[in-house]
Amino acid sequence: MDVEAGWWVSVVGDNGSGKSTLAKHLNALLLPTRGVCFVLGNDTKDSSLHWEIRKNVSMVFQNPENQIVASVVEEEVAFGPENLGLSSEEIKGRVNWALDVTGLAEFAQKPTYALSGGQKQRLALAGALAMKPKCIVLDEATSMLDPEGRRDLMEVLKKLHDGGMTVVTITHRVEEILMSDYVAVLGQGKLTFYGRLGDVLEDSKLVEFGIKEPAIFRFCRDLKTRGLLDDEVFPRAEDMAENVVQKLCR
Amino acid sequence: MPFLEHLSLGQYVPTQSFVHSLDPRAKILSAIALITSVFLASTSLWPYFLWFVVLIAISALSKLSLKTIMASIKPVLILIIFTVLINLLFASGEELFRIFFISITKEGLAASIKMGLRLLFLILFANITMMTTSPIELSDGIESLLSPFKRFHVPAHEFAMMMTIALRFIPTLLDETDKIIKAQLARGADLDSGNLIKRFKAFIPVLVPLFVIVFQRADDLAIAMEARCYRGGIGRSRMKPLRWTLSDGLYLLTVLLTCASGVVLDKWVL
Ligand SMILES: Nc1ncnc2c1ncn2[C@@H]1O[C@H](COP(=O)(O)OP(=O)(O)OP(=O)(O)O)[C@@H](O)[C@H]1O
Ligand SMILES: [Mg+2]
Repeated sequence: MDVEAGWWVSVVGDNGSGKSTLAKHLNALLLPTRGVCFVLGNDTKDSSLHWEIRKNVSMVFQNPENQIVASVVEEEVAFGPENLGLSSEEIKGRVNWALDVTGLAEFAQKPTYALSGGQKQRLALAGALAMKPKCIVLDEATSMLDPEGRRDLMEVLKKLHDGGMTVVTITHRVEEILMSDYVAVLGQGKLTFYGRLGDVLEDSKLVEFGIKEPAIFRFCRDLKTRGLLDDEVFPRAEDMAENVVQKLCR
Repeated sequence: MPFLEHLSLGQYVPTQSFVHSLDPRAKILSAIALITSVFLASTSLWPYFLWFVVLIAISALSKLSLKTIMASIKPVLILIIFTVLINLLFASGEELFRIFFISITKEGLAASIKMGLRLLFLILFANITMMTTSPIELSDGIESLLSPFKRFHVPAHEFAMMMTIALRFIPTLLDETDKIIKAQLARGADLDSGNLIKRFKAFIPVLVPLFVIVFQRADDLAIAMEARCYRGGIGRSRMKPLRWTLSDGLYLLTVLLTCASGVVLDKWVL
């Protein structure tokens, strides 16, 4: 399985299929017992490179509660940049930016335990973003967010992705899978499918892998059979709308 | 959760004041100096007037009312009363008066007043430091003060980080304990009847899952910290580095001079 710089990959699979395990290999928290894992050209087996790898690959874990180190929101976001030995001004700048982007700016001085589950997830994400990594790995990091919060977050990720950041999201949500360029499907610790998003959608492989076909897929298929949509259009609201408008203008 | 809020951030009372804005090192050193001199100045009672004046001065400079500061001794009031009683009842010497079979001696009365005041001022000076210094500043201050002893293998950074994490997890673990207790009660556990041993035994089903959770959390947190490039104190910077200014120096100097004069006057003049 190869992930090139700048891709957006989603990882899907049943509970216990090894998604979190795979994610932990991406920043050398786990080392392969068999095979090899290269991150940014560095073999993760070489422990002297771990620092370099972790600097560039940030990770947000499944449980936000267990990754909060500090008692105050602002201090929590600063923890990563502080470990990088950055200047005080640089850290402050990054903290403010990360809190802004995740919608936590007004909570900067609040105690971390007083946050709700969703706010803790935002905080975990802010902590990862403040590292300004080349690649960010999200392990079901939006599971507790409200729909609006999730949409905001996806927008942020999209912006960062457009700016060249590599994104790996572990998710069960179709909207999030549709944001990605590539999809990896895991089953019982093995990679059962890895390919372009389009290929998964075409053969409706998602259904095969146990993810319910969302209404928009059926709607898209209907429109295609009626010739209202071009065949290569993704079942993504924006893509569909754009295509319909294009067709009408023609 | 007013109770939890209180616990999680220690006794810190966030306001803007001269004392709040001081370098935590100045405040920690001042507290150490004050507490030491309260113990050293022990021949007569009058230095306690001086310590009381100091207390009033700090309370004014920190915009904390004397009432708030005094209220902070509530949790240890029992301890103070107990100390006073022990000293009062179990001292030998010249008898002043007698209540039934308990004789109150002159020495006992003097010792109990002194011990009570000592303990009172010790706690007050410690508390006022905690009330005016946020936990982060406090651990930063301790780390910085201990760092000269690093060459004698004093783990300054580790100690400060431990303190930070402990403070962070107190509310979480209280919450967790509460959940476990409720879960065990729901299953019919009887946690608060019987003698002490019985109660302790009944509490074991609460402690076991609590420890499991603590170890699981510790493991997860260690991984999360590593993932965020934590590798101990080396090469680590701070968002709000400590800055020693002229007012910190003047504050500490004033406190030190006051302490010294209190001790000197008590020992050699009066
Ligand atoms: N390739 C593998 N070889 C050996 N063991 C594996 C492999 N992948 C996963 N496991 C084991 O399977 C268990 C579950 O894995 P993991 O936590 O990664 O699942 P998950 O897909 O993240 O599940 P969830 O959806 O519940 O988060 C772990 O104990 C892990 O050690
Ligand atoms: Mg998982």
